[in-house]
Amino acid sequence: MQPNPMPRVSAPPVSAPTTAPAGVATAAAPAALPPLRADVRKLSFWYGQTQALKQVNLPVVDRKVTALIGPSGCGKSTLLRCFNRMHDLYPGNRYEGDIRLYPEDENLVAIDPGLVRLRVGMVFQKPNPFPKSIYANVAAGLEVRGIKKRSILDERVEQSLRHAALWDEVKDRLHSSAYGLSGGQQQRLCIARALAPQPEMILFDEPTSALDPLATAKIEDLVQQLAGGVTILIVTHNMQQASRISDYTAFMLLGEMVEYGNTDQVFTAPRDQRTDQYITGRFG
Amino acid sequence: MSVESHVLGPEQRSFQALVAANRRTDVLMASVGILVLAVAAALLTAVMVDLISSGWPRLVNPDFYTSFPSRKPEQAGIISAMVGTSLVMLVTAFISIPLAVAAGIYLEEYAPKNWLTDIIEINVSNLAGVPSIIYGLLALGLFVYGFGLGETILTAGLVLALLILPVIIVATREAIRSIPKDLREAAYGLGADKWQTVSHYVLPAARPGILTGAIVGLARAIGEAAPVITIGALTFIAFLPPAPVQATPPFINFDWLMSPFTVMPIQLFNWVSRPQAAFHINAAATGVVLMVMTLLMNGLAIYIRFKLRQHQRS
Repeated sequence: MQPNPMPRVSAPPVSAPTTAPAGVATAAAPAALPPLRADVRKLSFWYGQTQALKQVNLPVVDRKVTALIGPSGCGKSTLLRCFNRMHDLYPGNRYEGDIRLYPEDENLVAIDPGLVRLRVGMVFQKPNPFPKSIYANVAAGLEVRGIKKRSILDERVEQSLRHAALWDEVKDRLHSSAYGLSGGQQQRLCIARALAPQPEMILFDEPTSALDPLATAKIEDLVQQLAGGVTILIVTHNMQQASRISDYTAFMLLGEMVEYGNTDQVFTAPRDQRTDQYITGRFG
Repeated sequence: MSVESHVLGPEQRSFQALVAANRRTDVLMASVGILVLAVAAALLTAVMVDLISSGWPRLVNPDFYTSFPSRKPEQAGIISAMVGTSLVMLVTAFISIPLAVAAGIYLEEYAPKNWLTDIIEINVSNLAGVPSIIYGLLALGLFVYGFGLGETILTAGLVLALLILPVIIVATREAIRSIPKDLREAAYGLGADKWQTVSHYVLPAARPGILTGAIVGLARAIGEAAPVITIGALTFIAFLPPAPVQATPPFINFDWLMSPFTVMPIQLFNWVSRPQAAFHINAAATGVVLMVMTLLMNGLAIYIRFKLRQHQRS
């Protein structure tokens, strides 16, 4: 495997502020963060009357893996789904605050959700391929973008399936139904589908919670290989997983950001007592 | 767990009683269900057997299917009624299915949730329960006299389309609503807009349900006599409408739309109300043909649903 599986030739140089963003929860942010792809600033979110996120801050470093951990109901999935505006599909949801998206420095929660989703891909908790062929699944995101030329589609489908480590298993049956694949293969297909349009960021919402340990290990390898080519934000409630695959970790509790830092630091020397209690298994 | 737990304590005995009671309830409900089904199936079979045995002499006579109505019962046939029914159903299908599916998509996917759409929703459901003769009166006033369309195939197709519109709208909405949230989120997550999501992913997945609803609606329309009689369809038609294709340019014509017509239920009603017993044989035979047409349509619905589901799962 090449170290940079998804070279983004077209990726503009990121010109995000390299200084630590102000006030990341209770912990002092790492002294000098590499360039950011996105920066959450004082983001609050409501499901109708219920506030699910309270003034959350979170830097997302470009082309690295950032993991969101925390007990059930802490708001980590809610925060993740803000990044591609999934909440906009359901009535009564409300955002307040900023998710700055670089290099344009746009507020992601204020612009058209369609624009956001064209730039930020997502892999869901349960594998959700379309009831179509394997090929059609991977090509779906390209067709949405109006790419119809067969040669381009063929090339991108193969490239994406290779990056998702699925090509060798499916190359002889590209035109058979995606439902014939195993759960782990379906999830890798969903990753290939998310990769094909070459998004700037991919969101993973507990991508291995429905998979067996072997399939989980494959997805974990994959996530690590993809970083470097694309920015990854992953929600997990498996702390071993977070420590294995992420570069940065954010711990959330009751809709608030408790701690953010290098994964090593968060797991070995947490600054906040609640983080320490959570990662040592005393609650959650 | 102790080793001597073979001896049941009072608690476990009460569990046994509970399970036994549950099983009795299951058996009772299953028996009631089978009984109800048997009664319904027996009634349908009885009607079919009765009609077939009374109509047998005409059913086996090929002339019955190729002759026009006649004063002489042994020469009377159902060609004009069969052609009329087919053409009316064609018009009905072409008008009702696109309209109803579009309405269903709008209500389910696009309409804002407010008091206006609530009222529309309630009314769509209510319309499904309006007696068909009321639709006939509406059509008589609006299509026949208001628009001056006359007692034509077009008018009949329009009124039957109105009649089954609510059925197909409700079926479309149910089918769209039953598509899992995952599928939608997957499409939106790729950057698809609403129409791409609906047309590429939601509608294909909902197609079996929509088609079933459409065919159930058409199967209802095929048997309707009241609204068609109300608009003044003729009972005695000794000619066929002009053919939709012709040898000279422009090769197709729509004159048949404005042609007088009769349909199967009217033909049946007409014959059954004659005093001569020989016409009653014709009526019974017509009834069989009508029921076979309806059952074929329902069979088609089941087949399409089966094929599409199979296609999606394989």
